[in-house]
Amino acid sequence: MKKALRCQLVYIMLVVLFIVAVFMNINTGNVHISFGRIFKIIFLKAEAGTAGFNIIWKIRLPRLLSAAILGGALALSGFLLQTFFRNPIAGPFVLGISSGAKMFLAITMIFLLRYIPSMPLWAQVAAAFAGSVLSLLYVLLFAGKVKNMSTLLVIGIMISYICSAITDLCITFANDSDIANLTHWALGSFSASSWNTVKLSAVIVFPTAIVTFLFAKPISAYLLGEGYAKSMGIPVKFFRLCIITLSSILSACVTALAGPISFVGIAVPHVTRILMKTSKPVVIMPAIFLSGSVFCMFCDLIARTIFSPSELAIGTVTAVFGAPVVIWLMISRKNGEI
Amino acid sequence: MEEEKEFYFKTQNLSVGYNRKPILENISLGVYKGQILTLIGPNGSGKSTILKNLIREMSPLGGVVVLEGKDINNYSSKNFAKQMSVVLTEKVKTELLTCRDVVAMGRYPYTNYFGKLTPEDERIVDESLESVAALDIAEKDFSQISDGQRQRIMLARAICQKPQIIVLDEPTSFLDIRHKIELLDILQNMAVKENVTVVLSLHEIELANRISDWVMCVRADGKILYGTPDEIFKDEIIRELYDIKNGSYNCLYGSTELEKKTGTPKVFVAGGGGFGVSVYRRLQHFEIPFSAGIIAQNDCEYTIAESLAVKVISEKPFEIFSDKSLEMAKKYVDIADYYIDAGCPYGIVNEKMKELRQYALKNNKIILDKPDDYNLRQIGENIG
Repeated sequence: MKKALRCQLVYIMLVVLFIVAVFMNINTGNVHISFGRIFKIIFLKAEAGTAGFNIIWKIRLPRLLSAAILGGALALSGFLLQTFFRNPIAGPFVLGISSGAKMFLAITMIFLLRYIPSMPLWAQVAAAFAGSVLSLLYVLLFAGKVKNMSTLLVIGIMISYICSAITDLCITFANDSDIANLTHWALGSFSASSWNTVKLSAVIVFPTAIVTFLFAKPISAYLLGEGYAKSMGIPVKFFRLCIITLSSILSACVTALAGPISFVGIAVPHVTRILMKTSKPVVIMPAIFLSGSVFCMFCDLIARTIFSPSELAIGTVTAVFGAPVVIWLMISRKNGEI
Repeated sequence: MEEEKEFYFKTQNLSVGYNRKPILENISLGVYKGQILTLIGPNGSGKSTILKNLIREMSPLGGVVVLEGKDINNYSSKNFAKQMSVVLTEKVKTELLTCRDVVAMGRYPYTNYFGKLTPEDERIVDESLESVAALDIAEKDFSQISDGQRQRIMLARAICQKPQIIVLDEPTSFLDIRHKIELLDILQNMAVKENVTVVLSLHEIELANRISDWVMCVRADGKILYGTPDEIFKDEIIRELYDIKNGSYNCLYGSTELEKKTGTPKVFVAGGGGFGVSVYRRLQHFEIPFSAGIIAQNDCEYTIAESLAVKVISEKPFEIFSDKSLEMAKKYVDIADYYIDAGCPYGIVNEKMKELRQYALKNNKIILDKPDDYNLRQIGENIG
């Protein structure tokens, strides 16, 4: 019963942190706007047309919302991949899925922008999805051949490098204007978030996340390994396909809308698990989503304020916090086995 | 009467294998409700492959597996999971899951969409933990307990699934003897008291002999023998099964003896009553060929002496040692340089042994009473 209490406390803490993150994100920036004004602007839609109104409604709100939605998506996608590969440091970035999405997106962008002035957001997401599925298929192909998980991770990292190389090649031969677009995006940032981004990510992420939550029971049985999962009545092949598709959709969506963001997928699920002291999927999956949101909102806050007015890439900040977690994870693992 | 009854679980002309290549064919087994079937055989003979076909992890290349009169492929996943649970050899790696969490997963086919445990489920989880004596470790992290405890928890998980039949692939590997016995005891209890059918593979033939109602012998050459323990557990069958050339296996005791040392028996052991067993084994250890006698054929050490001594002078069961046996024994004492008295007390039946000792003494044989390793090693050196 103590365990249930602990989980409740973690949830309460996450909700509080979420609210704090929202407030701080709205309240912080180059232009200072007082709390009272923010309240009026948001809830009473006061001061319409003023600079303050625009900053709040057109910049800060969509940005923090997309950070919240996409951060949660990223963490959940990492959790799914860790379950699938039965490996604690699997994640969209490590396995080369983000890079695959990035490569596909870059190629389609450069190609399409010759014919149309701008690429619609949904097309970006679709391209990124195709890319992530493709690199995931490669990883799976090797996963069947190598039983050793650390080898698989090395393969993932190599795939990631190959994709980056191809992306760089494309950028070299692209027009100048495209490059500006791409390089900025390739670093990863929530700065380009608009209400369109928020809408699209909400439409994709929320249903996907809900479907994922509905898989909590088979995921929990899968924790014991495929043989046991099968013996408890799970159609393992179908289940694996679902998990792969769901995690690809989630990470592709993030990559398309905010660029590749590293380490959220690995670090957040682990920290959440350790905080809750359990890995029961039913309990931790919503918490992982929430933690991802909170983590990304704070990272974005740091990214845009620490060296203000210049902005850091979100990946830079998440790496600073996330990479040590991964190192610690690998060291604390018994006999160094991944 | 038994023949009238249908087997609860059986296979008909089952062939199993990988990539469409059968490795074992024509497997027919049958077991009644509440019975225990054990698969034995050397490593790599295909026991696990057979089991995988029985639990639907692999599809048979031919033939059918029938559970309660119905082909197992005709069960829905959920119903099959309610009928059968398994303990596999695959290593289960978890993180931050308590033993109770792992056991509770056995309720999978019964719980609602989100896997919520009802008070009834909780009670069954507790019961299962109790049946494997693991209530005390229930709240421990599954990744931080010993192999023996882990195996017990996996068994509790299988029990928690409330199956009618439970299939276990080498459940006793990695366990020490105490835990092996405990585990098999639990299985026997389930079979006898709760009428659960148990199918398992074992490496320990002596344990298989004890708990099985049916035994399937899978030989490395693909030949399969199926029958009751009495039919299967014969020294020659076991020796052939494992292709034991340098040693022997004794089904009666479940004991294994190493290869007999041959040569002129320069040592005579006067044993009997079990007193000689350790002497025989130590002599074998120091590679000293020896003869032994006089041992009644119903003496507990008779078969062991037979498998280790160059020659055993024996007497018919329940007979007083005869002069004929004595004369025979004297011949072997003549050949020997040493006479070892294992310390068997004299009684009416073996009174002649006193005479044999006198004979050895008179003929200047070196007489040793209950020699230790130091003495035996010296004998070994002296007779070279």
